[in-house]
Amino acid sequence: MPQVGKTGQQKLKESKILVVGAGGLGCAILPYLTASGIENIGIIDGDTIEETNLQRQILYTEKTISQQKVVVAKQQLEALNSNVKIEIYKCYLLGKNALEIFKNYDIIVDATDSIQTRYLINDACIITNKPFVYGSVYRFEGQISVFNYKNGPTYRCLFKNDKANTTNCETVGVLGTTVGLIGMLQANEVIKMILQIGEVLSGQLLVYNALNNTQNCINFNKTETNIIDEAFFTSTYKSHKIEDISFNKTILEKATFIDVRELHETPKIELHNSMQIPLSVLKISVKDLDKNKPYAVFCQSGKRSLEAIKILKEYQFSNVKNISGGALSIQKSIENEEHIY
Amino acid sequence: MAVIKYYGAIAEETKCSEEQMAVSDLKISDCMALLNKKYNLNAFEVSIALNQNLVEIDSTIKLNDSDELALLPPFAGG
Repeated sequence: MPQVGKTGQQKLKESKILVVGAGGLGCAILPYLTASGIENIGIIDGDTIEETNLQRQILYTEKTISQQKVVVAKQQLEALNSNVKIEIYKCYLLGKNALEIFKNYDIIVDATDSIQTRYLINDACIITNKPFVYGSVYRFEGQISVFNYKNGPTYRCLFKNDKANTTNCETVGVLGTTVGLIGMLQANEVIKMILQIGEVLSGQLLVYNALNNTQNCINFNKTETNIIDEAFFTSTYKSHKIEDISFNKTILEKATFIDVRELHETPKIELHNSMQIPLSVLKISVKDLDKNKPYAVFCQSGKRSLEAIKILKEYQFSNVKNISGGALSIQKSIENEEHIY
Repeated sequence: MAVIKYYGAIAEETKCSEEQMAVSDLKISDCMALLNKKYNLNAFEVSIALNQNLVEIDSTIKLNDSDELALLPPFAGG
């Protein structure tokens, strides 16, 4: 192709691309980047493969269920192009690792399923001065854009409220082909940027509807009022101020309670919207929880719950509170009140 | 009549992807207040675009008959 040529192929070969997330979007983006001749690809994801992933996460098979996504993705991609160097990070993107990882790449591709992580990617891209290729899906619709491209508008210029409460794929359901289409459009933006051809979706949000094959482009400008610097980044993503609240009926209606004590501990607290996840297994259970939902955490007296909240905040949970006094104070409140909770 | 377009979870709430609305002399901020009242959209994070250009939700720009106002929530999935 005249638009690529030998110089273009060389540019592809030398560029370094990080894909954040090896789920539905990642599985669509990664094979095309690998096949294009990009030889340095990073993939970050702490998740393992589940059967329910297979309808859209096409790098995986029934035989790879329960294996780490990044490990299987690396094997598949290396089978596709043995020249490609795939660096894998078996963890989630967090405030404490984002800047260090981003520094090694030229372009950051968002293939996550969490709005909170998108703000983290956005802000880390601003600090490290990298373009951010955004893609996201809701049922049959998808959004694509390129943020922070040559100092252009960012995710915060498009969606200002970083406390937004929305649900992810597993909760709303998406069609595999919709995720595939959006991922491929993202891969296309990456390749155009590397080759410096065509027009990059900077300052534009492409909204695609796979049910009726319509697409709209929305224009937006750089309007950021916040200064995103290392101080902002540290206070937003690295410091974990913990909010203590007392147990009461209102909070019981608003938040899901997590009991982080071990299963044998007493008194047993049975609330209509509580679950028990011992602190010892919290990290592996994080993926079953919705980062955008409100949670109230308790243990026996209040020490382990603080530890649990630190973990949840590291994983970008946006609304987690500590029940001061733990199970003992909850039991006291229940006994003092005539109400049945 | 202007066209109001809905996307993602908002379209599920309004049960349509677009509708016509009488807007003579209506400011965008007032139009949003009407839509919030009609569909209880307060729970949604939303950005809005007038004729494919992003505008502030409290914009005092007046809508015209040929205008298209789009309500865009951020999507989470992937």
